[in-house]
Amino acid sequence: MQKRVVFNNRTLPYLLVAPQLLVTLVFFFWPAGQAIRQSLYLPDPFGLSEQFVGLENFRFLLEDPYYRASFGTTAIFSTLVTLTSMSIALFLAVLADRVIKGSGAYRTLLIWPYAVAPAIAGVLWLFMFSPSIGIGAYYLKLLGYDWNHVLNGTEAMGLVVVASAWKQISYNFLFFLAGLQAIPKSVIEAAAIDGATFWRRFWTIVFPLLSPTTFFLLVINVVYAFFETFAVIHTITAGGPRQDTTILVYKVFADGFVGQDLGSSAAQSVILLFLVGILTVIQFRYIERRVHY
Amino acid sequence: MTRKLTLLAAAAATVMMTNAATAATEIQWWHAFTGRLGELLATQIETFNDGQDQCTVTGSHKGNYSETLNAGIAAFRAKEQPHLLMVFEVGTATMMGAKGAIKPVYELMEETGKDFDPDAYMGAVKGYYTTTDGKMLSLPYNSSTPVLYVNKDALSEAGLNPDMDLSTWENVGAALDVLKDTGHECPLTTAWQSWIHLENFGAWHNTPFATQENGFAGLDTELSFNGPLHVKHIGQMGEWAKDGKFIYAGRRNEGGARFRAGECAFFTESSAGYAGVKKEADFDFAIRPLPYWVAAPEAPQNTIIGGASLWTMAGHEDEEYACVAEFLNFLSTAEIQSKWHQDTGYLPITNAAADLTKKEGFYEKNPGTEIAGMQMTAKAPTGNSKGLRLGSFDQIRGLIDEELEAVWSGDKSAQEAMDSAVKRGNALLRRFERTNK
Repeated sequence: MQKRVVFNNRTLPYLLVAPQLLVTLVFFFWPAGQAIRQSLYLPDPFGLSEQFVGLENFRFLLEDPYYRASFGTTAIFSTLVTLTSMSIALFLAVLADRVIKGSGAYRTLLIWPYAVAPAIAGVLWLFMFSPSIGIGAYYLKLLGYDWNHVLNGTEAMGLVVVASAWKQISYNFLFFLAGLQAIPKSVIEAAAIDGATFWRRFWTIVFPLLSPTTFFLLVINVVYAFFETFAVIHTITAGGPRQDTTILVYKVFADGFVGQDLGSSAAQSVILLFLVGILTVIQFRYIERRVHY
Repeated sequence: MTRKLTLLAAAAATVMMTNAATAATEIQWWHAFTGRLGELLATQIETFNDGQDQCTVTGSHKGNYSETLNAGIAAFRAKEQPHLLMVFEVGTATMMGAKGAIKPVYELMEETGKDFDPDAYMGAVKGYYTTTDGKMLSLPYNSSTPVLYVNKDALSEAGLNPDMDLSTWENVGAALDVLKDTGHECPLTTAWQSWIHLENFGAWHNTPFATQENGFAGLDTELSFNGPLHVKHIGQMGEWAKDGKFIYAGRRNEGGARFRAGECAFFTESSAGYAGVKKEADFDFAIRPLPYWVAAPEAPQNTIIGGASLWTMAGHEDEEYACVAEFLNFLSTAEIQSKWHQDTGYLPITNAAADLTKKEGFYEKNPGTEIAGMQMTAKAPTGNSKGLRLGSFDQIRGLIDEELEAVWSGDKSAQEAMDSAVKRGNALLRRFERTNK
């Protein structure tokens, strides 16, 4: 028989969830509502006047082939960032999990980059790979490779992906390591006695048992790639060369805070909001089915 | 009752005390300068504050140009705007459109009754910030114009005469061929590509960048830099890029580091880059006028400025405005301006400052520094060379950068790229026109 908590007081449960609800209302629903409202207007930068334009901001955006192209750029960027940061983190976590001596030091070092702000991470990587003065570019040149992300879109994309993923590896590492340590050693030992190799044990036991962690990190990383990477893009490429690294959230920032076009910027935020909403629903409906808790 | 009175008395006392402590009226100035320019700006403020005791100016750095403008706008929305805001030339149309948010300079001077003679300011500089009926809206602060920097040592090494005639792109092109053939790795680079190679290019060749006198005559302006002359120049630059004669370094002034390190032979950059080049270059360099195409019949006309001006924000007290006017007049004095001009390479904003600089013999001691001024004032500006007044201009420059990069990398022809930039920019101009109706 299941034990259930029953509240006799009718108001107490509401009171208990009220703080959380309030925070969500003030910090999510209110600004989101403002964005939706603003996306229907054409305001001037100073807020002196505004005109209602209905869905015109959306039409203006969706008719623009450059805006539509940035969906593709965002998809490539987010996939690469998520895959890179999660696979490297998992690899490092598996290795760190096996370390017996000095594991604390390893872990601390691996978690370190998480403390670096995205903009700083961006500047750091930019300096290393600046075509004229970067040490990375210098070594590549010695190897006979002419690095120039200022004009080469693929290199620019590679650089912003690495800079964005690098930071996130630490976060993923932390969760993967915790997940690995929660797997009962007896199961793995039993498989080892049965003669399963390390990789077989990993794929048939560890990876499935790790799936709740992996799923959680997948959601978190996609959200990170969509929303929190604009500082990296801003400092390294500013969306260039051409529009090769202009992801949706960077355009929200550039149009709103540099171009002062608040109507369009708000409309883009709304589009982004729905896009990530849909993505999260897909993740929970289709991928979560394969997760074993 | 007694308690209420005591409170009142205490409040009154506090008010009096604060008044006594801040007898001088406080003026806030938000600017975008750091480093050497920030220091020079701070010195100007200090000189002003020490010279009188009615007004105290406080300068605050708010980030780069875009960030400073943005901070000013956000502050205005929160009703916490500074008295003076530094806005780059690109933001001029945005500020002009914000009628309730600004106090034009001519109005400020009229209301405060300060001496103000618009004719004292250099025509080519103030024109950018003046309405078509001659009303000055903001005070030009730092203005520069693009020039050609030459690494003379690189020319000598390539067997060229370092004093050769580089006034035309035809001649520069010939020099680029020689440099490339002798194995030079960076014959030409540039800073601010849209400003120099499209905007100033148009003015210098008396060809419109946009219709309606580059936007001065109306909000219904349309971009027009996809004409034959602009396209020919960008096409040629694209060819040079393909052949490794023009090295693209980035959208801002990333090329500066390479030129100052001696890696590049030619560098098109703002005249305000002079201080940096002089300080860092350990090679023999020269400043030349921006080249033009001989084939273009109306070149050279005059170049236009870049830089920033100071806008007075609305919503402050009369006595504070009196101080602002006082400070703007102080900044316009010949002494302050000529020092600024000589220290930074920015143009002097008044004719008196230019004369003073000449009289002090600065140009003889620093050859090349007079070129920017000459380039701007040699001919009376036409409708194509007064300046630019376009809404959403920061975004338009951004999309021009994107399209130019497509040319430099060989993805698009010059004509395709310019057509696309014009089309995309016009869509933004129409949006801006609607918000400002």
